Order: sequence, then structure tokens, then C-alpha cells
Amino acid sequence: MAQNGWGAALRAAFPYTVPIFAGFWFLGLTYGIYMHSAGFSFVYPMLMSMAIFAGSMEFIATSLLLAPFDPLAALLLTLMVNGRHVFYGISMLERYKGLGWKKPFLIFWLCDETFSINYTANTPAGIDRGRFYFCVSILNYLYWVSGATLGGLFGGLLAFDTKGLSFAMTAMFVVIFLEQWKNDPEHRSMFLGFAVAVLALLAFGPQGFMIPAMVGILAGLLALRSRFTGGAA
Amino acid sequence: MTMLEQIVTVGACVLGTMATRFLPFLLFGRGEKPPAVIRYLGDFLPGAVFALLIVYCLKDVSFLTGYHGAPELIAIAATTALHLAFRQMLISIFGGTALYMVLVQFVFP
Repeated sequence: MAQNGWGAALRAAFPYTVPIFAGFWFLGLTYGIYMHSAGFSFVYPMLMSMAIFAGSMEFIATSLLLAPFDPLAALLLTLMVNGRHVFYGISMLERYKGLGWKKPFLIFWLCDETFSINYTANTPAGIDRGRFYFCVSILNYLYWVSGATLGGLFGGLLAFDTKGLSFAMTAMFVVIFLEQWKNDPEHRSMFLGFAVAVLALLAFGPQGFMIPAMVGILAGLLALRSRFTGGAA
Repeated sequence: MTMLEQIVTVGACVLGTMATRFLPFLLFGRGEKPPAVIRYLGDFLPGAVFALLIVYCLKDVSFLTGYHGAPELIAIAATTALHLAFRQMLISIFGGTALYMVLVQFVFP
């Protein structure tokens, strides 16, 4: 076991990641093609997928690159969009404890899908836990980066009109939104999010509404905390 | 945007993402329990943020003129229906996007 520990960990991890492979290649290719159709070289999706490694944020980053320069808004938006990672991290504190040099990589690679596997999967008997986590994480990372790069490289060879492809981002958020639906049985946070976002859009217009909307959502959630939690906060 | 502005913009996205991933390990690494308000936001913030992101995607759609957002609304309805029917993220995203592309290229050009 000691000699081929990594091989065994990889063989144990791979089956868990097959569905992610399908999903990441589909979305990664779409992202790369989308960047290509927005006029960026494949270097952009390649480097952005390597450095950001958060799919929905990379789609948004593309639209940020096409908008007027505003790094503070980009940072705030990233913190809000990826705020959920904080809770993945909290959930993985114990599992990732004491894993030495692997730990910073595991934290860097902690996307939604990797979290869902490493949080729920029981490491098979005889497999080193840290190596299993590492293999799951790096496989998912490689799927995403390769998909995004290939999409950027070969997006120009597509024989069909890519007009409307950017809707993949909208569809992705609609799907994640539907998945979130069950976390709040009365869906109040979602109505709050919609209401604040629409009001901010009407008040500030499409270029300037995101920061007021984010502030409004945070303030609204904090103000309604006792109501949302039934006073059991 | 200049190249430098692009690098700063992407850098802001990298910094923000890494902050959300590394902070819990830096703050709570010694076994402290996260404050209740953080756990509350963990339960309720994502739903509100994804609602905001849907609005963000639709921010440039004009609902009062032209096609009144018909292709977007139809494709969102289709994405939702597919997802409720199959619960398969790929089917929902692929189906909704393909329908949207047909709509904006042929039905509402």
C-alpha cells in the first residue's frame, strides 16, 4: 500500500469524478467558446480557469472584462458570488486538518463539485484519506482547465453560429437557483434577492446596480435575521 | 480595457475567490466555532445571491421594447421545466441554451 498509495488513491477517486468530468467539459468548453466568441484568445480562458477556478465567476469575469474598468466592483462581486465557499471551508475544517503540503492545494481547489465529493464520499478502506481528497481535487481541476482551454482553442472552428451562447451563464444560474430553492423552505431569501436586485436595477441602471444590490441584500438579510430563523438565532 | 486593466480585473476575481476559500481555514483553523451570524448567512445568502445573478444576466434585456424579453423568458421557463423534470444540470443548461440560440437566431432575430 505504501508503494502504490498514490495509484490506489487515484483509482479510488476517479469513479467519483466521472460525472464531474462530463459536466466540467461541457461547461468548460462552453466557457472557452464563449470567451472566443467575445474576442479573447484561448490564453484567457486557460489562465482564468487555472487562476480563478470557479466556473460561474469565470463567466462573470468575461462580462467584467467587456464592461468599463471597475476592480473594486469586481472584487465585491466575487466575494458575494463565491461567499458560499466560506461554508464549504468551514465544513471541511476537520477533514482537511493535518494534511501537510496537500492542504493549500485542497483549499485552492475547493469548488462546489469537489466539495460535494470530498464532503460526502467515504474514503475506501486502505486508501490514504489525504491522497484521495487530493486526487479528486486535481482531477476536477484538470477537467475544468482542459475544457476551458480546448473551448478557447477550437471555438473558432465551430460550424454553427454561436449567437446566444452566453445564455449558458443565465441557464447555469437558473439551475443553481433552483437547487438553492430547497435550502430555504419558504424561499424568502430568494424573493428578497430578486426584489432588491430589481429595485437596484431600476434605480441605478445596468452599469451601477450591482454594488447597491449587494449591500441591500446583506443589509436586508441581517435586518430580517430573527424573522428568517424564527427567532431561534 | 488595457492589458493592465484586464490583469487587475482578473486579479480581483482571483483575490476574491481565494479569500472565500482560505479565510475559513485561517480564521477557524484552531477549532473555534464560526459565529452564528456567519452560519445564518451561509444558509440564506446563496439563494439571494443567485437571484441577483439571474437579474445580472438579464440586466441589458429590454422588457419594454422590441421582443419584451420573450426569448429570455421562454428559455428560462424551458430551463426550469427541464430541471424540474430531469434534475440533471447538464440537460437543463444545454436544453435551455440551445433553445435560446434557436430563438435569437431564427424566431426573434
